[in-house]
Amino acid sequence: MSTPRPPRAIVLLGAQRFDPTLGAAAAELGLDGPIATITAGWQEREGEDSDLHEHLGKRTINLRLHRRADEAFRADPELHAAHRKKQERLRHKQDFYRIRLEHELDANHVIRQRKAPPEILAEEEAASIGAIRLLDEYHLGQCAKVESEFDAAWRPFERDSIARHRHEIAEILRDTVAIAIAGGHVATLLNRLRLFGIAELIDGQVVLAWAAGAMAISDRVVLFHDSPPQGPGASEVLDRGLALCSGVVPLPHPETRLRLDDAERVALMARRFAPARCLAMPAGARITYRDGRFGSPHRVLRLSIDGTRAPVQPTDDLLPEEWA
Amino acid sequence: MTQSQLLAIHELEASQPDRAKVDAWMAGRRFPIVEGGRVTFVFRGDADGVTLRHWVYGLESNSALQRIQNTDLWYLVLEVPPGSRVEYKLEIHRNGHSQWIEDPLNPHRARDPFGANSVLQGVGYEVPEWTRPDPLARPGVLEPFAFHSKALGAVRHGHVYLPARFRRTRLYPLMIVHDGSDYLNYASMKTVLDNLIHRLEIPDVIVVFTDSPDRLREYANDERHAKFLTEELVPDLQKRLPLQDRPQSRCLMGASFGGVASLSTAWRYPGFYGRLLLQSGSFAFTDIGRRNRRGPLFDRVVEFVNAFRAEPTAISERVFLSCGVYESLIYENRSLVPLLDGTGMQVKLVEARDGHNWENWRDRLREGLSWLYPGPLMMIYE
Repeated sequence: MSTPRPPRAIVLLGAQRFDPTLGAAAAELGLDGPIATITAGWQEREGEDSDLHEHLGKRTINLRLHRRADEAFRADPELHAAHRKKQERLRHKQDFYRIRLEHELDANHVIRQRKAPPEILAEEEAASIGAIRLLDEYHLGQCAKVESEFDAAWRPFERDSIARHRHEIAEILRDTVAIAIAGGHVATLLNRLRLFGIAELIDGQVVLAWAAGAMAISDRVVLFHDSPPQGPGASEVLDRGLALCSGVVPLPHPETRLRLDDAERVALMARRFAPARCLAMPAGARITYRDGRFGSPHRVLRLSIDGTRAPVQPTDDLLPEEWA
Repeated sequence: MTQSQLLAIHELEASQPDRAKVDAWMAGRRFPIVEGGRVTFVFRGDADGVTLRHWVYGLESNSALQRIQNTDLWYLVLEVPPGSRVEYKLEIHRNGHSQWIEDPLNPHRARDPFGANSVLQGVGYEVPEWTRPDPLARPGVLEPFAFHSKALGAVRHGHVYLPARFRRTRLYPLMIVHDGSDYLNYASMKTVLDNLIHRLEIPDVIVVFTDSPDRLREYANDERHAKFLTEELVPDLQKRLPLQDRPQSRCLMGASFGGVASLSTAWRYPGFYGRLLLQSGSFAFTDIGRRNRRGPLFDRVVEFVNAFRAEPTAISERVFLSCGVYESLIYENRSLVPLLDGTGMQVKLVEARDGHNWENWRDRLREGLSWLYPGPLMMIYE
């Protein structure tokens, strides 16, 4: 068996719901063969993909990861129970992480309001950001631990219930030129991608991903909303992503979810996740990752540690952020 | 508008109006007249005197309107902060008798089981759009239920709300609402649930709306009521409905005495209810003596709140409180916050320029529900 090849290119896109640009991106890349689609983020509505099918020229094959997971769990109740338990552990971890995070963010806010000699303020604020970054890292580590313990104990890829589907998926992918990963519920999507080891089944196809899809294939998934109904929003890391493209934090729907004119929030986001670059991806946005580099940006905004945001230019080489 | 600017009523008065001028002045006008932070209450008709009766704690509750000479027009100007809602009636004095009436010039009403009041909506106040039916929001269903309680020795009635996409294969959090029928009838709670679920601001949730025929007794720290909810109703619901069986997924909520019932039930069963939503809770207490100024109806409440205050413990995980700043209970609710906070529970108090009424409780539902049960909004990026 030959070693699978990494994606030929990865295209991150903004939301596709009202003004899809996916077809144009596929055309520009010369993708003229079948395209596998992943709509597991739509959960029970996974199969309602006729618009996507039409948009991509009726050449899509939905991998139906959500339905496959349901089938696998029905066939393998032991695995299902263990998986539920793992998810419950992750929820607890998220809950405790959130409690600590709220306090760290409050501390950062208080420090920013203090009057003190500038050099002391800068040091203390950097220490506060450092504490938030440490907490984020700790949480990601905890998630990884829970996942690896589950994998080691249950070896899901070796169980018939999962292996059968992985085999089928690999067969489907063999004839495809691209994989299109739609948005939706990012935790569900990430969960299904991981359950079937999709990252390991890619064999040179182009990956097109938007909204939650783009988030799930980056290094880490950052949940965010600056104006939720329950008060000022606090961004939080959910888990590691598939890390198909490295060094960026895709932020879809900035039009409704981010207060980009709030310099304090923008700066905090940029510093917290540096050296990764926070990229706001409004509808119509697009950027391509190839050979370890990002290029061909269109309507993508980069958040900077000074609290500003600016369109990524084709000549930008998207150097890592320096946070401290 | 600054304080020095002339109000519409003053312009009218300065014109030495007759009936025709008053007719013309009133035509097309909305009443009460809101001009910046000042509000003019108006009554037109024969009377020996007119008094404004309102429910704003801290403000003189018996303010007389004055008549403009040679007319049957009465008025009173009050300063009302932006965003306020004030419930009121007009007391009309005639021939040695008086009668309380709703303001015939004001179409806004707030209703409760005892009737209706007129409502002044101060500058900036708007009925939240999420409290109105949204044709895009799939409606959940309300199913009536009857339950015989051994603890209470009687049947209790109520409704179970199932979210629009309810499926038996999923597990849901549970909310139990005191004065359920009132929340449905006067606080639009079904519409609010439909809308907030549709907007992903709260998760799909099963809500049980309960009622009591003797709420002043059963909600005032009654052991039988707590037992009914915790040892009878919840286990029965857990058998019949797909519910998440953990404290974080169980919430008690209520307003006024319903808030007391929620807190005291959680106190009797610490750790069982992980979420509490308490609106304008009647948390009367004393710092000395046993009798609160509110009278004997509150004796059992005072007994409970004093006991809790003497030995506060973490009985839940997250507690959301709301209270109007125009109700006297704001003192008790503010007092409770540091106490709850000190136990390690997560606490949030939201205040509003409003009173002890269902529309105040309705308007705070979004913030309370989404804080206790954040919906999948943070998870969905389509």
